[in-house]
Amino acid sequence: MIVKDVMPNFDLFQPKQLKDAFAILDKFGKDAWKMAGGNDSLAWFKDRAKRPKVVVDISGIAELKGVKETSDGGIEIGALTTLTELSKNPIVRAKYRVLADAASKVASPQIRNTGTLGGNAAQDARCWYYRYGLPCYRAGGNTCFADTPEGVNREHALFDTDRCVTVNPSDTAPALVALDAKFVVRGSKGERVLSAEQFFIGPKIDITHLTSIKPEEILVSIRIPKDWAGARFYFEKAAERNSWDFAMVNVAAAIVVSNGVVERSRIVCGAVSATPKRLPAVEDSIKGKALGDDIAKVAGQTATRGARPLNYNKYKIPLMANLVTRAVRDATA
Amino acid sequence: MAYKLIGKNFTPPDLIAKVTGSAKYAEDFRADGMAFCKLILSPMPHGVVKKIDDSEAKKVKGYLGMITADDVPQFPPPADPILTNEPMHVGAPIAAVAAETEAIAAECVEKIKVTIEPLPFTVDPLDSLYPQGPDARSNGNVANVRLKLQTVKWEASDFAAAGDNKLPMGKPAEEWHYGDLEQGFKDAKVIIEESFVTAGYSHHSLEPRSAMAFWQGGKCVIHVSSQSQSFIVPGLARYIGIKPEDVLLVAEYCGGGFGSKGTEYPICSVPAHLSKKFSRPVMMRISRGEEYALGSARPGFQGYAKLGFREDGKMTAADIYVIQENGPHMGFWDFRNAGEATSFMYQPLNMRWRGISVLTNTPPRGPQRGPGENQTAAALEPLIDKAARQLGIDRVAIRKLNAPDNNAKVGEERESVTSSYHKDALDIGAEKFGWAERIKKSGQRKGSKVTGVGVGGAFHPAGANGFDGIVRITPDGKLHIHTGVGNLGTFSYAGTARIAAEVLGYNWDNVVIERGDMRKGLPWNLGQFGSNTSFTMARTNYVAAVNAKQKLLEIAAKDLGGAPDDYDLADEKVVSKADPAKSMTFAKAAQRAIELGGAYSGAETPAEINPITKGAVAMMAGTGLVGVAKDTLPKKGMVTTSTAAFVEIELDVETGSVTIVDALGVADCGTIIHPQNLAHQVKSGMVMGFGMAKTERHVYDPKLGIPANVGYYQTKPPSYLDVPVSLSGGGVDKPDPQSPMGTKGMGEPPLGASAAAVLSAISDALGGQIFNRTPVTQDHIINALAKQPQAHKPLQVNSV
Repeated sequence: MIVKDVMPNFDLFQPKQLKDAFAILDKFGKDAWKMAGGNDSLAWFKDRAKRPKVVVDISGIAELKGVKETSDGGIEIGALTTLTELSKNPIVRAKYRVLADAASKVASPQIRNTGTLGGNAAQDARCWYYRYGLPCYRAGGNTCFADTPEGVNREHALFDTDRCVTVNPSDTAPALVALDAKFVVRGSKGERVLSAEQFFIGPKIDITHLTSIKPEEILVSIRIPKDWAGARFYFEKAAERNSWDFAMVNVAAAIVVSNGVVERSRIVCGAVSATPKRLPAVEDSIKGKALGDDIAKVAGQTATRGARPLNYNKYKIPLMANLVTRAVRDATA
Repeated sequence: MAYKLIGKNFTPPDLIAKVTGSAKYAEDFRADGMAFCKLILSPMPHGVVKKIDDSEAKKVKGYLGMITADDVPQFPPPADPILTNEPMHVGAPIAAVAAETEAIAAECVEKIKVTIEPLPFTVDPLDSLYPQGPDARSNGNVANVRLKLQTVKWEASDFAAAGDNKLPMGKPAEEWHYGDLEQGFKDAKVIIEESFVTAGYSHHSLEPRSAMAFWQGGKCVIHVSSQSQSFIVPGLARYIGIKPEDVLLVAEYCGGGFGSKGTEYPICSVPAHLSKKFSRPVMMRISRGEEYALGSARPGFQGYAKLGFREDGKMTAADIYVIQENGPHMGFWDFRNAGEATSFMYQPLNMRWRGISVLTNTPPRGPQRGPGENQTAAALEPLIDKAARQLGIDRVAIRKLNAPDNNAKVGEERESVTSSYHKDALDIGAEKFGWAERIKKSGQRKGSKVTGVGVGGAFHPAGANGFDGIVRITPDGKLHIHTGVGNLGTFSYAGTARIAAEVLGYNWDNVVIERGDMRKGLPWNLGQFGSNTSFTMARTNYVAAVNAKQKLLEIAAKDLGGAPDDYDLADEKVVSKADPAKSMTFAKAAQRAIELGGAYSGAETPAEINPITKGAVAMMAGTGLVGVAKDTLPKKGMVTTSTAAFVEIELDVETGSVTIVDALGVADCGTIIHPQNLAHQVKSGMVMGFGMAKTERHVYDPKLGIPANVGYYQTKPPSYLDVPVSLSGGGVDKPDPQSPMGTKGMGEPPLGASAAAVLSAISDALGGQIFNRTPVTQDHIINALAKQPQAHKPLQVNSV
């Protein structure tokens, strides 16, 4: 019979250096589970829904922590930098405020104190059917319980569904995409630097994962290019509680205005598809225009074009439209 | 009247332990050789257990064995079972495993094969009432306390007549009326007629209902998370299968119950049964997820209200129909309380109530803070607003016009009340909140935010009588107040103990409260539920203290001469009225009581006290001067309490977000015993009301019958950041004439009043739009603002 809330045994490794972590991952392959802040991992283990034989606790690897400026003028953020640190970091606050704002809206203070940027950005889906432990597509099965005639899918996707209708629930992911972040993943065989489009993946590419990190790889850092430093930023999370809640929809925007018109922008919504949803049509619609209520409204309407609501999530369409309108209207330097 | 202790703030004795973490809850106890239990819980909403095979578990080192429904006492349906062979909700306990460690117990559960044959199930009462609809139990679909288990199907024509948007109203299980309903509606200028839904939702007490038990000399020592103390002993004994005097219940601290731990509950007896079988102490830790299945829930309502109002706003007629979603077992009579609450809060001139309690395959239900009364507040108060708007009457004024007072009548029997000062609560609240000024801000928009201002009210009975009190003065001069009421966490056990100290003129530093463990000698008291303690326990502590006072006077008269009436009490001494130099300390009197024996020392007890109280006195006989008495003080009518709440919100019309920017509650609470605690009770109830109004509800997949929200982040009780810093609470502070010092209970209505006020404010911000549903979640508001249809049908429950 099913039993929950008692963590089964596993072998725990706590490497202090990356190379040791890679050696363990290489040895155990898919049997190994990488754990950073542990906020999500431990819940999976307690529910006995994920049963790794080996847990690699990477939280002691010092080189994965902290924010540093890079020679090309951007910053590199260690994947283990906590969300609290990130939200208070003076460089991030001064140059890339959208990320600090997003980090400060994640979950609760306790979770932000232990939760890491890497863990938050690469977090797993929150579809309640999947979390319940049902054998859905994402869990390796062959059905979706949420996308049925009576499925309870209030939190689910508007866009880009393919069998699975879950969303990426992260608050920091849209902010990272808005900043055109690059994701550095490394293994014993080398390093890959991935764009957001390569890092975040939908069910068409891999229905059981939300990122393209391979089992033997670790997300080591996230690089933010200087391109968007000091832009006008906007982040907002629409959630039912002001603490410890996932977004119904969130929005992150970076907008560069010169000579009174929009020179370039990146506008991204979360919790509407399995990946952070960048909105190129919206970006196009405001390019070269002076920011104002009218173009903000058009931006909102443009954002939701092509949305295909499920039974219970039609509210996300006006919500997403309004959040994008606000992002364009209210973004500040 | 000026009191020495009553009306003053103080630190309840359990507070420091709670703040420092030294308080021991049921799960914190350990005993030598203690084994652990894990439950086998049903994965499906309804079925019949065909076979339980633990042959694989037997191969695991450390497995002790299991018990099933066949090993524990059975009770006639629809009683909540301890373990069951017909699980009727996901998470229903089928068997319990004992092992050397919890990890081994869990491993064994995974190895035990349980064959369950699925049965039809339902999560919606209307589906079950429909002809040929599914029944939540194999033996019926309608039941409640004092409503026998039966099968009820309505006519298809009942449903056809109602359509999708109106409550179908087939034959009710119960009904009553007074006056002439038809005439009442004829006399009305405005009639409001609406169907509504209030969602069921979990208690999710912070402390899950873990329990630990062991046997000692034929008695069962059991650590339980309980709101109540002596009141639950007989029921607990029944669950364990022993005599009440053989239950040694330890329940010193309770990490929240909200009604779900007010009376005995079956699952806590499991460690006692396992302990008996395996001759080991057994700990059963209940997890957060399990608490959602086993921890009780507030029943939901699908209801209908037709309310008639005279031109001046007086309610001429009320016609109420409530279908209660009761879970699969006995549940609680919330649906009846809907009728009582309506009759009290608005004093309608004519009224009818009809109701039925329908079983569903969702968690078993029990009373939650204001059971029925608070759902009624959330459902009806928005309709009062609607009437006020149509009549052009101020929303506070229409409530005051209809509000109860000391001449109020309640329910079918038109029972009188001991006191009601709801009009005062409205007046005080409106004044403090600045209602007249605030409503000028109604509907004003700043950026995307619109201000809404709301008012709400709710009711609950507030006291009972007939229980026992014990006080004891020991030769060191200390006063021991023995309280068997329990410690829900509201501190009223301590507040009411001060009544006894007040009677005897005690310095509070010389008072010890004996509680939390039957081995300390605790009297028969009512449980800590139903907003009753501040009335019921005031009376028991009062009569015990008066009894002790009489004994002090008698002992002084015996030793110092004269008659008892020649003496009085002062400064913890018995002092001659004529000659203040002639006195005897309480310490000395206690010593003399021991020497005198008989009733003075507790060697003899009054005939009318409960056997549990007799047993308690026997434990302490000969240790001091014992005051013991049954509360036989006169009582006539219903003790009532009500709260008026006021809320200001900002509603963001672009996101549907509702921010509560200010809130105030005023309770009709009798004499205030403990101002700080009163404020705390009003505020905490109001925070729960925010959850009822905005976020909390059961969500089920109707095809699978499985729960979607089984964790705090999914059920969404309000967080610290969802509560305004300015939230405040207070009371009317007018004494109830039937309580010795005027005190009465007040714990439950703040929740319903607050929920109603939030809903009132949301409607106010939206220009009068009402949703006829709790909670009004953010997506409902977004849909309303976008003028797009809601995703749910009006009467749909449990999946939105």
